[in-house]
Amino acid sequence: MPDNSFSQFVRRTFARREATLMVLLVVLLVPITVRSPQFLSPKNISTILNDMAILVIVAIGQFYVILSNGIDLSVGSVIAFTGMACGMINESFPQVPVGLLLLVGMGIGAGLGLVNGVLVAYGKIPPIITTLGTMSIFRGMTFLLSKGTWVTAHEMTDSYIALPRTTFLGISYLLWIALFVIVLFYYFSRNTRTGREIYAIGGNPTAAKFVGVSESRIRLVVFLISGTLCGLAGSLWTARYASAVNEMATGFEMQAVAACVLGGVNFSGGAGGIIGVALGTLFLGVVTNALPVIYLSVFWQTFVQGLIVLMALALNTISDQRKTRKLLEQRRG
Amino acid sequence: MQKALLEVQNLTKIFPGIRALDDVHLSIRSGEVHALIGENGAGKSTLVKILTGVYFPTSGVIELEGKPISFKNAIEAQEAGIVAIHQEASMFPELSVTENIYMGHHIRNEKTRKLDWKAMTEHTRVLLSQMKLDINPDTLVKNLSVAQRHMVEISKALSLDARLVIMDEPTSALTGREVEDLFRIVRELRDSGKAILFISHKFAEIFEICDYFTVLRDGQYIGEGEVRKSSEDDIIQMMIGRSVDQMYPEHTTHTGEKILEVRGLSQLGAFKDISFDLHRGEILGLFGLVGAGRTEVVRTIFGIDKADGGSMSIEGKPYNPRNPQDAMRRGIALVPEDRQKQGLVLQMSLTHNISLPMLTKLCWKGLVTKGKSEKTYVEKQGNEMEIKAAGYHVDAETLSGGNQQKVVLAKWIGTDPKILILDEPTKGIDVATKAAVHEFVCEMASRGVAVILISSELPEVIGMADRVMVMHEGIQTGFIDRKDLSAELVMRYAIKEVKEVTHA
Repeated sequence: MPDNSFSQFVRRTFARREATLMVLLVVLLVPITVRSPQFLSPKNISTILNDMAILVIVAIGQFYVILSNGIDLSVGSVIAFTGMACGMINESFPQVPVGLLLLVGMGIGAGLGLVNGVLVAYGKIPPIITTLGTMSIFRGMTFLLSKGTWVTAHEMTDSYIALPRTTFLGISYLLWIALFVIVLFYYFSRNTRTGREIYAIGGNPTAAKFVGVSESRIRLVVFLISGTLCGLAGSLWTARYASAVNEMATGFEMQAVAACVLGGVNFSGGAGGIIGVALGTLFLGVVTNALPVIYLSVFWQTFVQGLIVLMALALNTISDQRKTRKLLEQRRG
Repeated sequence: MQKALLEVQNLTKIFPGIRALDDVHLSIRSGEVHALIGENGAGKSTLVKILTGVYFPTSGVIELEGKPISFKNAIEAQEAGIVAIHQEASMFPELSVTENIYMGHHIRNEKTRKLDWKAMTEHTRVLLSQMKLDINPDTLVKNLSVAQRHMVEISKALSLDARLVIMDEPTSALTGREVEDLFRIVRELRDSGKAILFISHKFAEIFEICDYFTVLRDGQYIGEGEVRKSSEDDIIQMMIGRSVDQMYPEHTTHTGEKILEVRGLSQLGAFKDISFDLHRGEILGLFGLVGAGRTEVVRTIFGIDKADGGSMSIEGKPYNPRNPQDAMRRGIALVPEDRQKQGLVLQMSLTHNISLPMLTKLCWKGLVTKGKSEKTYVEKQGNEMEIKAAGYHVDAETLSGGNQQKVVLAKWIGTDPKILILDEPTKGIDVATKAAVHEFVCEMASRGVAVILISSELPEVIGMADRVMVMHEGIQTGFIDRKDLSAELVMRYAIKEVKEVTHA
């Protein structure tokens, strides 16, 4: 049987949502650029990419939860709590190096993710209910931690605030971190046992159980990944916006889910990929940034995002149905 | 003789690759209880589904009171007066008896178009009292016993003014007392001129309640007759006697030392006191009709469900699996009954499916670093099973049933099992693949693997097994050695409880 892994790679990547998204991106970019040639200027491109860097980190965490047939609604609150914690640590202990601060953020995020994971995996509470509850609890914890106050730019160290803006080879650290996360999890999805098992649990939990995959372990792991990545995102968020406010990242779960759905991730689990999620995030970024170009105020932003999610979901359903019909026809011969 | 209420002629139903029904006849008169008899997979369910409008026949004629009928859906069948009472009652547990009975055909007030609950409750009360049932129409169905739910289902059939009531294994979940109640109602229905199509595996019941019978085998009509003029032997002969159109591979048994010992294994509500030994190189057939508990026994051996009692040991060491991982560690592989739901992750590639149970061994510190070795491994296993596909990168859902089954087998042989459990490995696959599976099973046995083969196909069990354990309703009713193996004997053990239980 021919099983050329390169042709396999090409087919896997382009026969799916990824190709559609790339075409759509180009189709979208043409009229936008015609209208506003500066849209594709290096400066604007880098703005879009930097805007999307934090989102892609969170969306990748969300991706694994959705892949296992769950959802994480608490991402915005985890970002807020870790972002606030990092801001306050930076204010009180300016001697703590920035690198360590990011690690602390990830650690706190992992802890919050663990709470979600334990409730889902061992408490057997459905993910949507669990994270709906913790979304509120973690946000509440943020207020309790800060006692309602903010951490502002002049209370934070310059090195922390400068982190996202510092560039290396012309690319911001923020983007480097996002790229690193993309590459790391691309590798994780394809080349680790746990990565495979997440696909298996999401695709068919019964069959996975029959080969000895532990469902509870996988459910715990996906929330741990999501929490850790949200922790990283939280610590970067505070630096990028040079402030830690209690309401930060409110509604961010919507954008993370949108990026996944746009990227072709199957909402009932088992199918999707990191490249798709990254392209979905980019698509969302382009649309959001293009709103002023087509004279729509930013007030339209959430409206348009919601619309995109619904359209993407409809698209996924239609293509699934078409696929099922094709399979049936094939079997009939 | 009275004219038939329902007359089915030359009915054929073809599913992709399978002739589920082939030229079937069935004739039922009003005021009779008619038994539909056949092994698992004989086509009984397909026939019922066609009569109730769930499936559309490929060809053939169905006549109700002499008029040809054809149902587009289940509602049309109900309106014509054909109502099925399902094996697993399809009810709404959170709704009341009245609401359940009138679901789908509510009574409305003529003027206001409002639902007339008063009338519906009153009708329900009458229906229930006609059946001499002491059930309050307002009771929630979840608070009723299984038997009472059946009665409510029957009341629903009556409320629909059914003329033909189909009962599919109605007694499987009932106790002795409840069965008597059910039979009383069946007799009342019969005496009031209804026709009843009664599907059962229990001969005692058929002889007690049924007037006529029709036997199906492999989707074909075999014969019919009057119950009181027939003997059990006559009917058994009709069920099993089939043309020998299939060859089974020769295999010489080299039964080695004992590998698995099962003693008194029990699970509440599923099976009781199962004991047997399994030896290297042996094929142990496990036979039983629907509800015998075969699948439940092997699920417990594989650690998916927990036993309530009894003990097991592998190679002399106690074996007490908490999950499938434990079972796999001790060298057991289970090829499950439903390959689409339990055997495969359909959206994953063949490569990923085949390597899934082997990831522990193919991985180094959790990393599938040896991508090459995974590929080599998958190709080796896949080629051995001769899987036909465009490549190992295609998704499992694109394959035919037979090839999917080969993928499931390929995925398990790679784990190098000492004990291989196969649950209905040839169900719904084409003849060529079937032969390949049979050959594979013999090959495994000759390599010294101990095989447990569950099959509902009598010839398959007899053709393949060195010994057969027969179960009936969760109890092991017999052990038959190859030399004594005959279809009659297996079926005899399968249809009734044998009081003395033989141990291997």
